Amino acid sequence: MSDLPLIQADHAVASPAPTSPSRGGRGRRLRLLSRTDRVVITLMVLVPLLLVVGLVWLPALATVALSGTDWDGIGPLSEIDWVGGRNYADVVGNYPPFVPAMQHNLLWLAALFVVATPLGMFLAVLLDKEIRGSRFYQTALYLPVVLSLALIGFVWQLIYSRDQGLLNAVLGGQTDWYGDPHVNIWAVLVAAGWRHVGYIMLLYLAGLKGVDPSLREAASVDGASETSTFFRVVFPVMRPINIIVLVVTVIESLRAFDLVWVINKGRNGLELISALVTQNVVGEASRIGFGSALATIMLAISLVFITIYLAVVMREGRR
Amino acid sequence: MSTSTTTRPQASGPASKPAPRRPPLRPARVVLHLFLGTVAVGWLFPILWAVLTSLRSYAYTAANGYVSLGGWTFDNYVTAWRTAEFGKHFLNSVYITVPAVLLTLFLASCVAFVIARFSWKLNIVLLGLFTAANLLPQQALLIPLFRIFTQVPLPEFMSDSELLYDSYWGLILVNVAFQCGFCVFVLSNYMKALPRDLYEAAMVDGASIWRQYWQVTMPLCRPALAALATLEVTWIYNEFFWATVLMRTGDKFPVTSSLNNLRGEFFTDNNLVSAGSVLVAIPTLVIFFLLQKQFVKGLTLGASKG
Repeated sequence: MSDLPLIQADHAVASPAPTSPSRGGRGRRLRLLSRTDRVVITLMVLVPLLLVVGLVWLPALATVALSGTDWDGIGPLSEIDWVGGRNYADVVGNYPPFVPAMQHNLLWLAALFVVATPLGMFLAVLLDKEIRGSRFYQTALYLPVVLSLALIGFVWQLIYSRDQGLLNAVLGGQTDWYGDPHVNIWAVLVAAGWRHVGYIMLLYLAGLKGVDPSLREAASVDGASETSTFFRVVFPVMRPINIIVLVVTVIESLRAFDLVWVINKGRNGLELISALVTQNVVGEASRIGFGSALATIMLAISLVFITIYLAVVMREGRR
Repeated sequence: MSTSTTTRPQASGPASKPAPRRPPLRPARVVLHLFLGTVAVGWLFPILWAVLTSLRSYAYTAANGYVSLGGWTFDNYVTAWRTAEFGKHFLNSVYITVPAVLLTLFLASCVAFVIARFSWKLNIVLLGLFTAANLLPQQALLIPLFRIFTQVPLPEFMSDSELLYDSYWGLILVNVAFQCGFCVFVLSNYMKALPRDLYEAAMVDGASIWRQYWQVTMPLCRPALAALATLEVTWIYNEFFWATVLMRTGDKFPVTSSLNNLRGEFFTDNNLVSAGSVLVAIPTLVIFFLLQKQFVKGLTLGASKG
């Protein structure tokens, strides 16, 4: 899989820079375009841009703005009162599900980061060796990736269900794996990890295929063992993929939603920030300002990691 | 098997010199295969279990337990299809997925073309704006979007709710807005790798920008477009959140989100739940097995997407 544009783009982007001076610079080339061409270019960018700004970025800004108000979603916008940081104070100090939700999101991250992601990487390293049947193993591992998370919630119910589930039938217990607030988060994490491992394995496998084989040869000529070659040579070379995998893991655990929502709408042991936001808007209580404060917290955390991600992929693209 | 044993002595002779590491690693290979085989079977197990459960009658499993054999039947599929009105929900998914994927690819390729074709200072901002939009948590935008959708009127022939809320149009738009970023990112990288002489030649021939996009660039992007289309179909088909919060009428739900409504009907019957799950999974599994190469390529093309 050498056709990874992430890596391919390196030289491609660099190429215009040395050639453009000889052609008289950007300004002149633009002026060479006809009026129709300029209209076409503007439309080609403007239409998609309006859609993304209008349906993603403006709502994101509006969420931040609304988080400082007491709007209940009913009255006209002119009646909104500015309440400053009160919603945030309420979220942190006066909203029992908030702390468990934060803990669950962090636990989600920890489980994916400490167990599922390394397992996915490990399997990718094993599958990167030329072994017979590699395709079968790969297919089996990333099959869950094509299923929706909502569907995964259903599939695992067949294993977790108290009266009809496989787990209790085999273990002879009476645990309600999805219903018991002390165990359900763990049950859900197994299902989420099941999908995540395959996804990471795939990303990492693609990254490994892009590693220059001469590096490994050089290491083996120097007498390095396979393990030390991996940790000292291959792993550091894969820095961009490592960071992408890290960011994917963080964002995935922050955006976790579908699985808990199909089980019990994120209550009773399965609180997550995303579920709390949703409950506050489409649920019985329409607490716009309060829900927006929760949403803004989500936005703030994700933007940190999105920035890291963009910095990495754009730098890779420019080099 | 017998042929491999007869050929092995020859293979371990001088012919195998180029790969001298093979023979001494044999025991390690066996361990490796055992390990990978166990993991793979373990990984497939939940899916196989769902298929197995769906093929057995409720009465038989209720009497003998699920860890038994027998009671084979196709009735669950028939019942699930009828009671859950899967035909209708699949059609809803088609109404949303097909236009959304086509529109996403078209709009994203337009932006990607401009980003790749011209080196403006704003390109990096544009690329960042699109790519980051794809990674934002959807729930964080829910509140304003929900309000906008309940305020925007649509003529009755477009939506019987007469609003963007609870209409296919709304879901198509929101899916396009979210998925554009990923496709812009992948396609602009792909287009940047195309030789620039192509455009020089096209310019000399007097080709307009539109022709350079539609007749020069797009045909060359076919592999990337095919990979993205496969991936986007599964993603938009699997989309759960927006359909759950921006739809109200149960009849209009796409099949993935309708699952939740179905659970009430199937509550006590796991055999029906599994038949329903298998039915919902079939389109993505078919795409996956037919277009596996495209699917994998698409996922690793951008190496992003949470």
